[in-house]
Parts: sequence; structure tokens; C-alpha cells
Amino acid sequence: MQIANDSNAAKKQSQLRRLWQLFSSFFRIGLFTFGGGLAMIPLIQRETVESRGWVTDDDILEIIAIAESTPGPIAVNAATFIGHRVAGILGSVCATLGVVLPSFLIIYALSFVLREFQNVQAVQYAFWGIRAGVLALIVKSLVTMAKKCPKQVISYVIILIAFVLVAFLNVNAIYVVIGSAVIGILWSLLISKKQTKEDKEVK
Amino acid sequence: MILLELFWTFFKIGLFTFGGGYAMLPMIQSEVLAKQWINHETLINFVAVSESTPGPFAINMATFIGTEMGGILGGMVATLGVVLPSFIVILIVARFFEKFRDSKFVRWAMSGLKPAVIGLIGAAIISIGKTVFFPNGFTANVFTSAPFYLSLALFIICTVLILRFKKIHPILLICISAAVGIAAGYALQLPV
Repeated sequence: MQIANDSNAAKKQSQLRRLWQLFSSFFRIGLFTFGGGLAMIPLIQRETVESRGWVTDDDILEIIAIAESTPGPIAVNAATFIGHRVAGILGSVCATLGVVLPSFLIIYALSFVLREFQNVQAVQYAFWGIRAGVLALIVKSLVTMAKKCPKQVISYVIILIAFVLVAFLNVNAIYVVIGSAVIGILWSLLISKKQTKEDKEVK
Repeated sequence: MILLELFWTFFKIGLFTFGGGYAMLPMIQSEVLAKQWINHETLINFVAVSESTPGPFAINMATFIGTEMGGILGGMVATLGVVLPSFIVILIVARFFEKFRDSKFVRWAMSGLKPAVIGLIGAAIISIGKTVFFPNGFTANVFTSAPFYLSLALFIICTVLILRFKKIHPILLICISAAVGIAAGYALQLPV
């Protein structure tokens, strides 16, 4: 009985330690990566594969693939996934909380600073220049994404329709996202039906 | 009430933002700018702030807008809202990992979604471009004003720089354009 209790207590302790490690590793990941996105992968890899051995390099590749087809930031996806792998749902909660907290605290503090200084003339001039730079950054991300897009007629059609609907007809972007997923499924269904039919005819 | 609205708005944004980063901008425009919680200029300024601070764009955005609208509690519920969809979806995916990875439907849906996100970001560029180049609306005398040509020149130079030299860090680009903005602003005594 005593032994069972001891091993239970030990288990609890190691579970607590794992939760704390998840929180602190992902806190560091959240604190030291700027700009988010794939820029976070090297640090995620160092913290979770090299230092802790929680997951393997192959797992990281899988996580990137999953993150691309699930909503939300890749850092949150990775935190939830690895947290779950290491310590179940509580692990997910600790890891996600860890990755979110640095941004939250920093932006919360900054929002007061921004409010305080936004009427200073130099700051307004700076932001006037910065807005032109930000537009360039967004154009760059568009070019990067366009390069990765499959070069098919249907892709170009969807790009054009999505663009016109939101830019000129003020359609809510959410409907465009839902609609495009449905079109993707229907179109692929059509193609695969046609393919099987042709295969049969060949035989 | 505003707390509930913040949560629900950012929950929707979190649920429908695929691809991360700037893919969130069109959602922000449809859901947040339409409600006039913040204006266009504040949004673009904050994109620069978010690039220069740690953490994912979505979290920064939710914390900022949430705090602006409802103090620290607003920041918390907006952040919770934007995180929760990906949290839930990943927990489900982690359980049915192989099924999800090999699912035809996920692949098919993504084949429509990926190009749509490109179109959406294109639309965001148009809308942000309007704010950058025509902050006081589009009138004929825009084309005789110095600020218009200055921002246009700065935008073209930044775009060429970042497309040509991919190693340039976004923060460096932001610093350069801030410096140009301050110098040009004082030199020409631009109206603010």
C-alpha cells in the first residue's frame, strides 16, 4: 500500500514537472521569436527536439504539414500538439498558455505606450513612413504564397474570384474561406470521377 | 457585452484564418474594421508593432484590439477567442492523426483554400494601399501632393529591397521607413 502511494506521488510529481517544463519551454519560444509563422520553427525544434527529446524531427515536419491545413498560428498548433503528446490535455493547456503569455504581456504593456505617444509629431511621421513599409511587407508575403500555389487554371480562377468578392464587392472574407473549401472539394471530386471513368474506358 | 462580442469575433477570426500571419488581415478587415473598433491607420501601424515584438501576429492583434476595446479583460477574452479554435482542432487532429493526414477531403478543401487566401491578401493590399496612399480619400489634388509621391516612392523602394534581398529583416525595413518618415516629415513640414 505504502509503495503504491509512493509511486503515485512520484508519478504526480513527474507529471507536474513535465507540465512546468512544457510551460517554460513554450514561454521561451513565444518570447524569443519575432514575427511568428515559420520563423518560429527553428526555436521550436531546438526546445522540443534537441533539449527535451519530446518529439522527433519527423514529428516537427508533420506538425508543419498539419499546421498548414488547420486554422490558427503555427506556434499555437505546435504547442497544443506537443503538449498533448507529452502530458495529455493539461499538457496542451500549459504549452499553449506558455506560448501565448509573452505576446500578451508585452502587447498589453505596449498598448499604453502607444496611446501615450501616438500624438507626438515625430511618432506620427515615423508611422506615416512605416505604413508604406508595411505595405511592402504584405506584398512580399503575397509573392511568397503565390510562388507556392499550384499552377492550375482552377487556382487562378479562385484567386481572382476571392479577390474581386472581397476587394470590390465587400463580401465577408469568412464566407470566401468557406466557399473556397467547398469549391476545392467539389472540383477535386469532379476530377477524380472523370479520372476513374477514363481509366475504365482505357481498360 | 463587449467582452462576449470580442470573444465571438476573435473566435471566428481564429477559426477561419488558414496559413497564419497576414492571412488574418482580410478577416480583421471584415470583422473588426467593419465594427469600427479601430481604424485603418491604427491597424496598419499595429502590423508594424507586431512585426517588431515577439509572438504570433494573431495573438498580438487579439491582445491589442481586445485591450483597446475592453481593458485587460478584453485582451484576455479576445486572445482566448483567437487561440481556442486552433487548440480544439489540434486536440481532435492529434487523436485522429493518421486519418487526418491521409484524408482526401482535407487535401481537396486545401486545394481551394490556398488560392483563396492569396486572393484575400490581394484584397487586403488594395484596402491597405488606399489608407497608405490616400489617407484623406481619393481626390484629384492627391496627385499634386508631396506626401503621396513620397509614400509611393518609399513603398516601391521597400518592395524592391525586400523582394530582391530576401535576407533583409522586416524590423530593419520598418526602422528604415520610420527614419525616412521622420526625416521627410520634418524637412517638408508635412501636415499630420
